[in-house]
Amino acid sequence: MTERWLIPGLSVLSGLAIFLACLLGSTPLAIERVLAALFGGADAADRLVVWSIRLPRALAAFLVGGALGLSGAALQGLLRNPLAEPGVLGVSASASLTATVAIYFGLVALNAWFLPLAAIAGALIATSLLALAATRTQSVVTLILIGVGLSSFSGALMSLLMNLAPNPFSLSDMINWMLGSVANRSFNEIALALPFMALGVIILLVTGRGLSALTLGEEAANGIGLNLQRQRIWTVLGAGLATGASVALAGAIGFVGIVAPHIVRPFVRHDPARSLIPSALLGGLILVVADIFVRILPSTNELKLGVVAALIGAPAFVWIAMQRRAVHD
Amino acid sequence: MTKLVANALTVTAGEKTLVRNATFDVTQGELIIVLGPNGAGKTSMIRSVLGLTPLAAGTATLNGVSVAQLSARDRAQSVAYLPQIRPLAWPNQVRDIVALGRFSHGAALGRLSQADADAVSRAIAACDLTHLAHRTADTLSGGELARVHCARAIATEAPLLIADEPTAALDPRHQFRILDLIKTYVDTGAGALLVLHDIDLAARYATRLIWMKDGEIIADGSPADTLSSERLAEVYQIDARVENGRVLMEGIL
Repeated sequence: MTERWLIPGLSVLSGLAIFLACLLGSTPLAIERVLAALFGGADAADRLVVWSIRLPRALAAFLVGGALGLSGAALQGLLRNPLAEPGVLGVSASASLTATVAIYFGLVALNAWFLPLAAIAGALIATSLLALAATRTQSVVTLILIGVGLSSFSGALMSLLMNLAPNPFSLSDMINWMLGSVANRSFNEIALALPFMALGVIILLVTGRGLSALTLGEEAANGIGLNLQRQRIWTVLGAGLATGASVALAGAIGFVGIVAPHIVRPFVRHDPARSLIPSALLGGLILVVADIFVRILPSTNELKLGVVAALIGAPAFVWIAMQRRAVHD
Repeated sequence: MTKLVANALTVTAGEKTLVRNATFDVTQGELIIVLGPNGAGKTSMIRSVLGLTPLAAGTATLNGVSVAQLSARDRAQSVAYLPQIRPLAWPNQVRDIVALGRFSHGAALGRLSQADADAVSRAIAACDLTHLAHRTADTLSGGELARVHCARAIATEAPLLIADEPTAALDPRHQFRILDLIKTYVDTGAGALLVLHDIDLAARYATRLIWMKDGEIIADGSPADTLSSERLAEVYQIDARVENGRVLMEGIL
């Protein structure tokens, strides 16, 4: 059974990728030096490189990818649509907008917790609007269009903020948010995002079973005993928390949430509930590996992780959309 | 004995009254078929008796408890509901779709308890789907898919079944098959309430017919008592003869 090996296999691969991320970089470290640094030996310089730079960066990539993969899988289950994803639906864009606003108006300087809170507020506004729209329309196309609208509107407000930016420094700060990156992340920043992310992940996993019922459509799902209202609230809340926290940590990184569940689904017999954990692991794995490439690529300016994710993810999105057309309508 | 009682149900949508003063009951051992033209309020009536549409007036009770107060899960364990068939979101395997019928019993796909797995296997066998159990839904014909949905409802093993046009868009042979399945289910001690458009089939299978027109129930009784050419003229505005319980349609009036 391939399904039985899916979760253990992805966990092992993720662990290996995070370890590999500690080895590779501008000063390549030998395996024994990394192991020594991880488990308390080694000299101070090695420990600094591993514990302060490479490990937090790799963990941030894994957590962000995991949260986005899980949110994507859950939103796809709720909206019964393989194209639903925090990035496509404008959830990430809304979260990075509110995060930028919080930075711009100095709220984050007052208290660091305002950053994740602002990002989560933005994500929750977007997911709630989408869930509200989903109850009014059966049309998948309408829903995606609403997401595109949300995304464009957040982008427009973001451009407005950049237009009004008082100095080049705040401008480059904002651009960093829009592009998405896990460079220079520390355990402190992870600690700010992690509680919200963990809460979102727990909510999504605990309420995941209802997503299987939604396979039949909302009416029949209700008929077989699903409380639709409650399912919508929990999934929207969980995806909003997880996506908002990931944006607070890394800015807007798109398409992970669409690619990971798409790869996972055939292995779990297309059951939305069983796709959740593997999608999270695969999403994390994808971003850790992508971030390793970003770091070892010999470019003059380091590429942003969000840019690389979009370069791979956007064609994948188009491909999935075209396949869907072949089967349906 | 499980009994679903609708008392003076009224359903409105904005200014329009979809169902007015509908009173009926469903209990085990009966196969009740609701007849009426498009827009007569059949779907609204069965949705409201399940508590899926809010009532403007009247009460719907399951064993004396208002359905509005029942949790979705408790209601689903007592009444299996088969809405008009909609496309599935994902290309799931037949066995997994049928297993969703056990959702109200707490089943999670891929980790079925022995009791759930047995109920699923029984429903699959009853609906003659054993050879299709591992096929994915997107490879099935319309008739096969209708049987899968039927099996899903039967797998719940609820005392009552409510189905909205379970034979829509099926050829005559498959219509017979679905109704035979439901009749067998009723013969094992369940009760069923179906919406159908085929008057002849309805008369053949029903123990009771409920006739609806313009949101109201205008007759409720056995096919022998309620099926007549006058009634068909009144309800459907068609010219039809009834001979030995068979309906011969001539045209519109």
